[in-house]
Amino acid sequence: MTLAALDSATLFGLCGAALAGIGLFVVIAHPGLLRRLVGFNILGAGIFMVFGAVARRGAAAGLPGDPVPQAMVITGIVVAFSASALAVALLRRLFDLTGRDSLEPPAAGKTPRAES
Amino acid sequence: MNLLLDLALVAWLVVLALHVARTGDDRNAIVAFIAFGLLLGLAWTRLGAIDVALTEAAIGGGITGLLLLRAEAHLRRGRQADGAPRQGGGAKTIVAALASAVVALGLGLAVLAFPSPAPTLAQPALAAIDATGLGNPVTAVLLAYRALDTLLEKVVVLLALLGVWALTPDNLWGGAPELKEANPPQPLLYLARTLPPFGVLIAVYMVWVGADAPGGTFQAGSILAAMWLLVMLAGLSPAPETRSRLLRLLLVGGPALFFAIGFLGFAVAGGFLAYPKPLAKALIVGIEAALTVAIALALGLLVAGPSNKAPAR
Repeated sequence: MTLAALDSATLFGLCGAALAGIGLFVVIAHPGLLRRLVGFNILGAGIFMVFGAVARRGAAAGLPGDPVPQAMVITGIVVAFSASALAVALLRRLFDLTGRDSLEPPAAGKTPRAES
Repeated sequence: MNLLLDLALVAWLVVLALHVARTGDDRNAIVAFIAFGLLLGLAWTRLGAIDVALTEAAIGGGITGLLLLRAEAHLRRGRQADGAPRQGGGAKTIVAALASAVVALGLGLAVLAFPSPAPTLAQPALAAIDATGLGNPVTAVLLAYRALDTLLEKVVVLLALLGVWALTPDNLWGGAPELKEANPPQPLLYLARTLPPFGVLIAVYMVWVGADAPGGTFQAGSILAAMWLLVMLAGLSPAPETRSRLLRLLLVGGPALFFAIGFLGFAVAGGFLAYPKPLAKALIVGIEAALTVAIALALGLLVAGPSNKAPAR
């Protein structure tokens, strides 16, 4: 495929695929839970963007895109935010109780902080 | 020219995402993520989805960014200064990178293999839009054709809020979350005094215009939530106690009204969430107004988190 044949829907679709990959990598590989949460949001953004490319390709009848996937993405963004907020609350509670912000085993020589 | 703009946007998005993956500092990563969210909003306008762009910029960039920054500040305050950045194991990182690359590659191939001509529901969505009295097909999908999705999503938001509240320590149950910084900086105080009138006006406009143009409940709700959070962060008005009956009624009110109208549909229009034709637009705008208040409260409280002050006697 030459660059000239690349329309913007395909371009953003590929971008979404790349973002999903990067987000997934952060979720798997990063030890810090907060960073994993950022990765989770990037992963979601990538998937939404692939879906946005689908919507854009469905442009018809004078609309700039297919409204059905667009509405689903709006719903998805709100649900992703709710999940993030719940995850942040869990993380803060975990941190308050144990003094850790990661699920990795603690490094040798460190004792968990006492509950405040 | 447009392709150049798209390429630049895509390049920035990927670079910022990579920066999030590589940087050692959490705050650094979160600031990059906020910029990422705003650019993502721009990308959505390039995809012809203005409604999504508004939602993404307000929620994805703005409110999620605030949520993450507050969490980071909390962790930073509590963490002993152990400066050493954590290292992931080498082999594990390589396996994770390979797995992620395979997923990205698969998704990319799927994008390239999209069927042509693309399947679309644009025509059916427009064909029935007169019956709803709406002019914005995205709002019609959200509140008429696929109203069940929107209704259940409201329930999900409430469930998430329940989950957050459930993490309150026993002795603080029913109290208020504390958002105020010890010493709010002057610019924050100034903004918290001047911005909310404009924000509220924009939100009301967005709900109203959302029937016919880009805008709607979510966008307006997130702007209202942002204004409320600004006021709470500056300490101009304390967060409400979570045991407050009025607060809980308002939270449940939007979805409850939605359910009530949905069940009314059985009686007057022959199905769950079916609207009687002459009243469709009035009912939809009414639902939107109630949902906007509920969404704004729920989003604000989700950011505020569980209560950390004992309830006043």
